[in-house]
Amino acid sequence: MLPKAEFVHWWFATGFLIIGLLLLAEALVGGEVWRRRAWRAYLWPSFLFLMGVLMWPVMVFYTNSTIHMVAHGSWAQVMMLAGGAELGLVRGKLKSSYWRLTMPLAFLVSGTALLIHEQNGWLYSRSAFVHHACGWTLIVGAIFPLGKTLAPRFAPFRAGHALTFLVIAFVLYAARDAAPIFGHFSAGGVPHR
Amino acid sequence: MESHFATEAVAQLRRRSLRAAAVNLIGPLTMLGGVAWAFLQPYRLTVLHPHGQGFWWLLSEPPLYVVLVGLGFALFLAPSLLEDLEEVEDAPEG
Repeated sequence: MLPKAEFVHWWFATGFLIIGLLLLAEALVGGEVWRRRAWRAYLWPSFLFLMGVLMWPVMVFYTNSTIHMVAHGSWAQVMMLAGGAELGLVRGKLKSSYWRLTMPLAFLVSGTALLIHEQNGWLYSRSAFVHHACGWTLIVGAIFPLGKTLAPRFAPFRAGHALTFLVIAFVLYAARDAAPIFGHFSAGGVPHR
Repeated sequence: MESHFATEAVAQLRRRSLRAAAVNLIGPLTMLGGVAWAFLQPYRLTVLHPHGQGFWWLLSEPPLYVVLVGLGFALFLAPSLLEDLEEVEDAPEG
């Protein structure tokens, strides 16, 4: 009855694609134009927070080991924290811009969790490759939200932040539970699609 | 003096046009990406061969998701964003 794990990866890829495009548009027009309509300023933080919330059912229903539970749980928490902090800043409840450091923290925690919970090497399977690629993209990509917090007007940091989400979306769309390329693990038989 | 102002105005217009064009392109390019993906991997669209597919397989159509995200961006976000971009840049400085 439960959707396969690869479907969940694609749904989250869509969420990251939405956030990436919103951040890209914000980077292009600048914060002043972006915040001219209140609803727009709430958009991507709300999506990020919602994705954190939706990660909890993933933790509950897709826990096949303790390390999976810890990884999914930590993603849920850091996504909610980063999204919530940004919502607080937009709303004016939070004042210090250093709350934005929750985003690089989320990148680092998520990237580390991805790498730790993947027990196999890069080329073991498509799934292993996706987890390694996402993990290192997030760890290296943490430089962008960190830089954006310290130098908010520096365009390459804003663009890099958006592009990191888009790369994650792209890689997650490639996730398959069992795939014959990039490794030797395969469910066998004719692929479903 | 006048030509200096004219040069600055043209440069500003060009900058804005580039930014506006980039914002305008995000949605269509995303949709194009989804369509290209559908052509490259048609087997990932189970709606094209729905017989015998289960509910989750029919719900999960990644290339369509990409097209829908691009469409949503182009229809619901880009118009107001371009309007605001124009307003801010047309406003007199100071």
